[in-house]
Amino acid sequence: MRDVVAYQLRLAAPLFIFFAVFFVAPLLLLVWVSLHTDATMTALGAAQYVRFLSDAFSLSVLGSTLWLGVEVTLLCLVLGFPIAWVYVRSPGGWQTVLILIVLLPLLTSVVVRTFAWIVILGRQGIVNTTLISLGLIDVPLKLLYTEGGLVVALAQVQMPLMVLPLITALQRLDPSLGNASNSLGAGHWRTFFRVTLPLTAPGIVAGCLLTYSAAITAFITQTLVGGGQRVFLPLYLYQQALSLSNFQFAAAIAIIFLIAVLAIVAAFHALGRLTRGYAQA
Amino acid sequence: MARRRDLDTVSFYATVSVLTGLGLVLLIAPTLVVLIVSFTSGSSLRFPPPGFSLKWYAALGDAWQIKAAAWNSVEVALWTTVLSVLLGVSASLAIARSRSATAHVLDSLFMSPLVLPALAFGLSALMFFSLIGWAVSPLTLVLGHTVVCVPYVVRTTVGALTQLDAALLEGSASLGAGRWYTFRRVTLPLIRPGILAGGFIAFMSSFDNIPVSLFLRGADSELLPIRMWQDLDNRLDVTIAAVSGVWIAFTAALMIAMERFASLSRRLR
Repeated sequence: MRDVVAYQLRLAAPLFIFFAVFFVAPLLLLVWVSLHTDATMTALGAAQYVRFLSDAFSLSVLGSTLWLGVEVTLLCLVLGFPIAWVYVRSPGGWQTVLILIVLLPLLTSVVVRTFAWIVILGRQGIVNTTLISLGLIDVPLKLLYTEGGLVVALAQVQMPLMVLPLITALQRLDPSLGNASNSLGAGHWRTFFRVTLPLTAPGIVAGCLLTYSAAITAFITQTLVGGGQRVFLPLYLYQQALSLSNFQFAAAIAIIFLIAVLAIVAAFHALGRLTRGYAQA
Repeated sequence: MARRRDLDTVSFYATVSVLTGLGLVLLIAPTLVVLIVSFTSGSSLRFPPPGFSLKWYAALGDAWQIKAAAWNSVEVALWTTVLSVLLGVSASLAIARSRSATAHVLDSLFMSPLVLPALAFGLSALMFFSLIGWAVSPLTLVLGHTVVCVPYVVRTTVGALTQLDAALLEGSASLGAGRWYTFRRVTLPLIRPGILAGGFIAFMSSFDNIPVSLFLRGADSELLPIRMWQDLDNRLDVTIAAVSGVWIAFTAALMIAMERFASLSRRLR
């Protein structure tokens, strides 16, 4: 019997046309612009890409952006997994409280969240005043505009993206598996690493993908908490485009950025397929 | 044996508690700190504040620039939400329960703005609009925002549609109700919470958007997040904490309402 809930595919036409005009066409134009060697757009060539790939500064910006994503993702995983683990074992009322705590940062404005980190990490911020009043330090530490501060701030901003898929994965896990492992003599740690972790791998991969791509593209938090000294790809793109009006080079940066993100998404998807096979085996 | 078992249990639960505690503090602290600082009686962002007062909230009454920027942002976010819901719900109906390869490709296409760097899209949209001769304006802003906000509506609506019990619609059809009548009286009421949740997230993310707005806003239309971002870069002033306080209060109230009427948290996974 025909599924009466299935509608004709042509209902997707308005959004498809909208995306073709305002999303795909601009991206194709971006590729076209990036393939020009001069500002007047007369000569075609890959000069902008050669310039990026042969410039030590540009490559270091690319490298530090990709590395920043790794640091943030790992921190989110280490703190997010226990939250999800506690969530699925909590009674209903606590689950609501926990989920609202997790969701609050997701829906609170990025500017507001980033502003909070400026207040926390600043010279007169909560961390420095606490350390000074405890007598641990005499002069305020420089926390703002450091990589460590940025990683912590980004981890808070992106944490919900990690926790939500982990909760879904943990809820699908049959609790009797853990009990069986325990009653057969495996301790909590062994059960966690040999049963829980492998079986929730698809959720971990999904969470890492979302966290990673959000962390490396988080322009606002990167510029405000990282400060101007640390340049990551989004700021580099923005400076070249709007401050220097170097649109061809900015377009090439954008394309390299897009390719990097797509490669990472593809890698995570491949990993996801692998772990799904493992989790079902 | 028993000793080793104890050590195992104690160390496991200790680690989980410490990490969960750290994670929760990390999630809550920033919001709490902003709220506390916004009630300071002093004139700096020192924490803890020297005393408490409402003077920075009172000062918002005269901050006409911020109010104008906030109003512009609300207007753009409202239009973006309307456009996203119209386009997104219609597309979701088409792709949600279809197993065809086309539907699968369309789904990936509609979701792709979520992972691609928004700044790269903003730049490309600016180039595109200048190529076709459209000056940046509130219109280009709404169009750009819709591209990055529509995925949220599609995701929650497709989610609601796939959970729909087909027997209800078959029942309605077999009792003689036409397609449109079934849609209006059965399908729509059942997927409404999903649409509501998606529209809400689309609204919030449009209101908060900076990467796309930076490229597509006109010179005359100031937007609240951009205004705050620039203020944070130049001078730190407590007015921003008060604006943030109002923003957090609105978000929390809407979020609780959405959790109540549209089980928001279930739809975000």
